[in-house]
Amino acid sequence: MNFPILSYLIFIPLVGFVAVMFLPREKHWLIRWVSTFFTFIPMVLSFWLTYDYYFNYSGSAAMAYTEGPLSWIAPINAFYFLGVDGISVPMLFLTGLLTFLSIIASFNIVNRVKEYFAFFLLLETGMIGVFCALDFFLFYVFWEVMLVPMYFLIGIWGGPRKEYAAIKFFLYTLFGSIFMLVAILILYFTSEPHTLNILELIQTAPSTVTHSMQMVCFIFFFVAFAIKVPVWPFHTWLPDAHVEAPTAVSVILAAVLLKMGTYGMLRVSWPMFPEMVRYFHIPIALLGLIAIIYGALVSMAQKDLKKLVAYSSVSHMGFCILALGAYTSVTAISGCLFQMFSHGLLTGALFLMVGVLYDRAHTREIAAFGGLGAKIPVYTGLMVLFAMGSLGLPGMSGFVSEFMVFVGSFASFNVITALAVLGVVLTAGYMLRMVQRIFLGEFNAEKWGGLTEMNTREILMVAPLAILTIVIGVYPAPLSNILRATLENLVNVLAR
Amino acid sequence: MMPDINIRILVPEMFLFLWALFLFLFDLGTKRKNPKQIGYLAMIGVAATAVLLFFFHGGNSFGSMFRSDQLAVFFKVIFLGSAFMAIGSSFDIAKEKIKNHRGEFYGLILFSTVGMMFLSSADELISLYIGLELTTVPLFVLAAFYKDDKISLEAGLKYMIIGAFSSAILLYGISLMYGITGTTDLIEMKINLSLVFLSYGKIGAGFILAVVMIIAGIGFKLALVPFHMWAPDVYQGAPTPITAILSVGSKAAGIVAFLRIFVNGLIAFSDKVMAPLDWGITVAVLAAAAMIIGNVTALRQKNIKRMLAYSSIAQIGYVMVGMVAATKMGVAAVGYYMFLYLFANMGAFAVATIFNDKTGSDGISSYSGLAKSSPSVSAFMTVFMLSLAGIPPLGGFAAKYFVFAAGIQAGYLWLVILALLTAVISLYYYANVIKQMYFSRETSEVKIKPAVSANIVLIMGVAGIIIFGIYPEPILNFALEAARVFAF
Repeated sequence: MNFPILSYLIFIPLVGFVAVMFLPREKHWLIRWVSTFFTFIPMVLSFWLTYDYYFNYSGSAAMAYTEGPLSWIAPINAFYFLGVDGISVPMLFLTGLLTFLSIIASFNIVNRVKEYFAFFLLLETGMIGVFCALDFFLFYVFWEVMLVPMYFLIGIWGGPRKEYAAIKFFLYTLFGSIFMLVAILILYFTSEPHTLNILELIQTAPSTVTHSMQMVCFIFFFVAFAIKVPVWPFHTWLPDAHVEAPTAVSVILAAVLLKMGTYGMLRVSWPMFPEMVRYFHIPIALLGLIAIIYGALVSMAQKDLKKLVAYSSVSHMGFCILALGAYTSVTAISGCLFQMFSHGLLTGALFLMVGVLYDRAHTREIAAFGGLGAKIPVYTGLMVLFAMGSLGLPGMSGFVSEFMVFVGSFASFNVITALAVLGVVLTAGYMLRMVQRIFLGEFNAEKWGGLTEMNTREILMVAPLAILTIVIGVYPAPLSNILRATLENLVNVLAR
Repeated sequence: MMPDINIRILVPEMFLFLWALFLFLFDLGTKRKNPKQIGYLAMIGVAATAVLLFFFHGGNSFGSMFRSDQLAVFFKVIFLGSAFMAIGSSFDIAKEKIKNHRGEFYGLILFSTVGMMFLSSADELISLYIGLELTTVPLFVLAAFYKDDKISLEAGLKYMIIGAFSSAILLYGISLMYGITGTTDLIEMKINLSLVFLSYGKIGAGFILAVVMIIAGIGFKLALVPFHMWAPDVYQGAPTPITAILSVGSKAAGIVAFLRIFVNGLIAFSDKVMAPLDWGITVAVLAAAAMIIGNVTALRQKNIKRMLAYSSIAQIGYVMVGMVAATKMGVAAVGYYMFLYLFANMGAFAVATIFNDKTGSDGISSYSGLAKSSPSVSAFMTVFMLSLAGIPPLGGFAAKYFVFAAGIQAGYLWLVILALLTAVISLYYYANVIKQMYFSRETSEVKIKPAVSANIVLIMGVAGIIIFGIYPEPILNFALEAARVFAF
């Protein structure tokens, strides 16, 4: 393997960032197409990576496409070390696809176009970097690099309360990250010889770190990742950030950034501190349950369509946390990854759809609509499709993932899982109610008579998501084959 | 015996001193009508000193009174950098505001820099004290350089009184230390202290008094809490480039004095084992106070110079985390921190200077909408602010990482956690500047076009932050080399 595909994935958007910075600021079309180009290539690479991984590497749990470790900062043993396995490949696929679609969805941005696309490309570098990094220093750098463009994207192009939402997001996530930093430093100094290599620490940490320090580190990592997921009670930044952010940024937030929390748990906390996972698995599952029920109930109360989708994320990510608590079951952990993937597709799509409607109607208030079904049938069809996927209709990816989570978790916690199933009912409740109130009922021709159907660009940007949702819902085997070896190995580590 | 005199290693200092005198004469000779040339001459002089430093270093002169070791060289580079960047950003001030004393303005900056350079080479308490005075006395004058401005005069007077006061305290501490150990040489002091300790099993209360007084004396120069009260007023009143020197150059001078006295001379007393004679915990508590008070007070500031004043109080708190670690990694981290702090803080002050020249305002809210009218300056300022807040991959992050790593290694976990929590607070006010520049929907009426010299400073700052942030190894190795001077 001589072609350093992961480095290309990380640095092509960065090259795009620099390139866009040097374009003249008036040439909007040029900036758009250059950015499209620089996100198209990583997308193709991520597809190829998924394809190649599936056929050549998915049989073993070992890291594939590793690069390095190359010495970076020798005095503190920081290395440039990349690699992917069955956990990161689907995430890279998701990142590549959704960043590209978000760029397409951002073509209607007219204010400060150059800065917008530049920040978007920088954001992609950070996201891909997090999913590839195998060295803690590198991981942390990418983890933080994302925050800055995100801060600007929310703060400049956001809604009415953008300043508040932007700084809240920034402070909240930084607050989480510092705990991670302390935990990283503790692990570094307890390992002998000192190392920041995540793979080595997974091998050594369970035996070298004392029980109490393991607990401290586990909690610190958990806080950092839980804020990102977000797990109740760390979720309060999410509704603000999602609602205020421009459409494409909400998509990235929901589809990729939230996954970093659960990804971090699967990559770092779980394999590194199996003893702590065993110790804490009931509280973790309970947090998952609370998120599922709480998120669903709050969604139910929302009047704003975007807020509804935002809180539904809290609920859906709760399934991941519940599954992570059931550490003994490969099915549950696979369900977690399926849910991450499926939530990325569905919620990404829902945010895109909300954006489409908002662009036309300039309001997101559910009560303001009614009977749109006859006026804009294509939009209605797609929206209903995604809503059904989200509530877990069989034949769509949401059903597969939730089913796996329930089947896998039931053996570990039957009561909690039984209660969590209620979440599905509640989801159906708010999703169907939303569909009913917006698309059915009486049509206000005076107000919405001028509403136009989705254009080709808009259909094209959600079509891949719709197709993938159905494909995974009908035939989930390819995805589960990618995951299997890695997750079996993880469960073995956890059960050890 | 006459100590050996090694003139060779004094060449950089002598050159810079003579260059300052030359600037005085040049200003007079051209009938004080030369805003640009004299500024460039001052910059050239500083750059030339750096080149001379590269060729003439290593060795002792006058016993241990002047030691040109790696540590001294490392910090001399920082001092020269701060003088260079301050001069580069002050061209418009020299043109508009100080019409008749440009030679004195630049000459005094160079004098102060010479003082810092002497200080960083002093491995002996008397020459250390002299170096400190040489540093601060020109700065008293410079702080009050806007003669018609009451705030500037207030700043100068306040700084002079506090400076004299703290020097007296420091001198008293030094004399007590001399009384206990019978020497002013730091290495001999180290040996004599252990001898006294080993023979009697204890050292009297006078030692504690001496340590406290020295900490207080240097603490005043560093604006370490609770000796920081003077800083915001002086920072606000002094001409902005001078404020920049106060917050970077003169602080780095205090840091090197602190390193020499405590991390070298009194290294045996850094640990809790030596309680109540230890200084580690005292400094750790002061650092904690500096981080809390500096960051929390900075939140409420509306004037950018006052905000940067409180932020630099907090930054010194972070540096002190590396100091209390009192290890090789700690010293190297302190060095690296100061080096990157130089770029970020000097850069931020340079932007504040240029902005003030154009608008006459230091209010943070007047930066509103600047990103649309002056995108490059705003982008630079963003980099400086994010680096000060410690966001990777900028240099400020690596600096904080090294300092905190050293702190955790030395067992100060509580201090590091506290430091990180306050770092989150600090993000709020650094991000506030960015918010003003970028998030406003209006376009600012101010359009800033920095002069060539100011552009050099800004680009130097941004390049330093980004390059050494992504690839910190060269500076870190240099700092580790410097730390090797102390026998750990």
